[in-house]
Amino acid sequence: MDKDLIFEMENLSFHYGRTRAVDNLALTLSSGCFWGLLGPNGCGKSTLLDLMARCKTPQAGLIKYRGKEMRHYGGKELAKEIALVPQDFYVNFPFTVEEILLMGRHPYIPRFASPSSDDLQIVDQVMEVLKIAKFRHNYITELSGGEKQRVIFARALAQDTPVVLLDEATSNMDIRHTLDILDIVAGDVETGGKTVIAALHNLNLAATYCDKLVFMKSGRVVSRGDRDQVLTEETLYEVFGIESRVYFDEYVGSRQVAFRRRRP
Amino acid sequence: MWIRKEKRAAPQTGRARLILLGAILVLGIITATGMGYMRISAGDVIRIIFSGLSGNHGLIAGINKVFPYVVWDVRLPRVLTAAVVGAGLSLAGVVFQGILLNPLADPYTLGISAGAAFGASIALLLDIGSLGIYSVPLFAFAGAVATLFAVMALSASGGTISSNNLILSGIIVAAILSAGISFIKYVADEQVSIIIFWLMGSFGSKTWVDVFITFSFVFIGFIICIFFARDLNVMSLGDRSASSLGINPNRTRLTLLVTASMITAVCVSVSGIIGFVGLIIPHLMRFMVGSDSRRLVPASALAGAILLLSADTVTRAVLPTEIPIGVLTALIGGPFFCYIFKKRQTAVQSG
Repeated sequence: MDKDLIFEMENLSFHYGRTRAVDNLALTLSSGCFWGLLGPNGCGKSTLLDLMARCKTPQAGLIKYRGKEMRHYGGKELAKEIALVPQDFYVNFPFTVEEILLMGRHPYIPRFASPSSDDLQIVDQVMEVLKIAKFRHNYITELSGGEKQRVIFARALAQDTPVVLLDEATSNMDIRHTLDILDIVAGDVETGGKTVIAALHNLNLAATYCDKLVFMKSGRVVSRGDRDQVLTEETLYEVFGIESRVYFDEYVGSRQVAFRRRRP
Repeated sequence: MWIRKEKRAAPQTGRARLILLGAILVLGIITATGMGYMRISAGDVIRIIFSGLSGNHGLIAGINKVFPYVVWDVRLPRVLTAAVVGAGLSLAGVVFQGILLNPLADPYTLGISAGAAFGASIALLLDIGSLGIYSVPLFAFAGAVATLFAVMALSASGGTISSNNLILSGIIVAAILSAGISFIKYVADEQVSIIIFWLMGSFGSKTWVDVFITFSFVFIGFIICIFFARDLNVMSLGDRSASSLGINPNRTRLTLLVTASMITAVCVSVSGIIGFVGLIIPHLMRFMVGSDSRRLVPASALAGAILLLSADTVTRAVLPTEIPIGVLTALIGGPFFCYIFKKRQTAVQSG
């Protein structure tokens, strides 16, 4: 078994009623990479991330994390390994930003204990890095959509895990904050050895940041591998059913995708 | 909006406010016990309470011979039952709101109270004596839990439960249950007066047995809520985040919902349906001590006790005739519900 493999999935299936979100899927992911998960709406990206975070239990098949079956991990043990940033981030109650970030430390704080100085320090650092320290005492309910999403992202960073799963985590942010966040996680991958697996809709951002890509369609993997090998016009046609032009962009320093109007 | 400008309650101020609430509750109990047809001074009330607790009759020497009876056997059980029921309903409110992520949820709006009342009415109708004094609470609990699951099943669509669906389902189920209760009243011959009297909701003629039963169940519920307080916080991030933080959302939700239903059931079985306490108190307390359940749960329990104790004292000792307590709380709580509902709508539109 390869030591660098972080996730191994075999014959993995999950269905909602009759709808098969993940259908007999096989996939292995290596650690220390920025993986981009691409595919049309409803192709099972979110469900796959949920299975990797063990928010859902597969109805069939096998999923291993670091060589050990997922279900053999304890709840807190896994929470110190894998953090998930969800797409929906609706918080109904007026918690302060600091309180939300401290929830990220939940697996580290014993039930009736107060947060340790380490916990508070990590929360401070994350707030600094994400430039949300000025909101520290604000209620999350009074922030804008993009600000909320940054706080929810910060919550996951405060969890301080080797693996971060992003489910469209930048969907409500403007381009500057999106780049900020992707820079941060890409930096963590390169210098901190983290593994990031991000479901993204924006193909060009995925091409810019991810070194590895997985294309999904109808709950199955269409292709996976190095960006420069799998990001092709043929794959995009197969997965999304669209015409495009894939080219190397000097300014970006990676492949990019261009589209054009289909009706005059 | 005025609430947004309010400064956040720091943990220290939160703790100070809890102590303050506790002090108000103790003062409230003493004052309320002194109020009524016969006015009894606070000093005498304290002496009678201590004498009752310690069995030292020397403490009450020189006090009017009737006072110890009035305080210990008549007023104190009523006052304490009101306080415990207020605490219980508020606790249930905090849990229902936190777990269902819905600030409009409370035992009353979800139909849980009606379910408990329906169960209790059946017990009263059939005059089930085999379970002794526990028959009404047990039937109330069964009714509450069955209603909870019926409401959740009715409002669930595709694995998620939307706030509005939940309230709508609660109203539908509560309407069916009220019809059921009316039917029980119709078929009950001799028991009808007992059922009607009990349904109106009152703390009159409560005994120490009522106090002990209610207190033990509410206290157990309180301990469970405190135990899961931090999990309850994390649950407000949504199931996916909670689950990735090492919490089993389904198990936590089930445990806490059953606990809240148990609290509701015991409260309803001792005092009838008293609405809106569980809605108002958690809201006010969120702005007083913050949203952190570790402070919100005890603060709500204390404040709920103070509110219902005050409301009961008003109908008992201040108003010329005693009006049912459920009517009083609905008159205060109904408009408050409208206010929150309206505020949420405007928040959704602007956000």
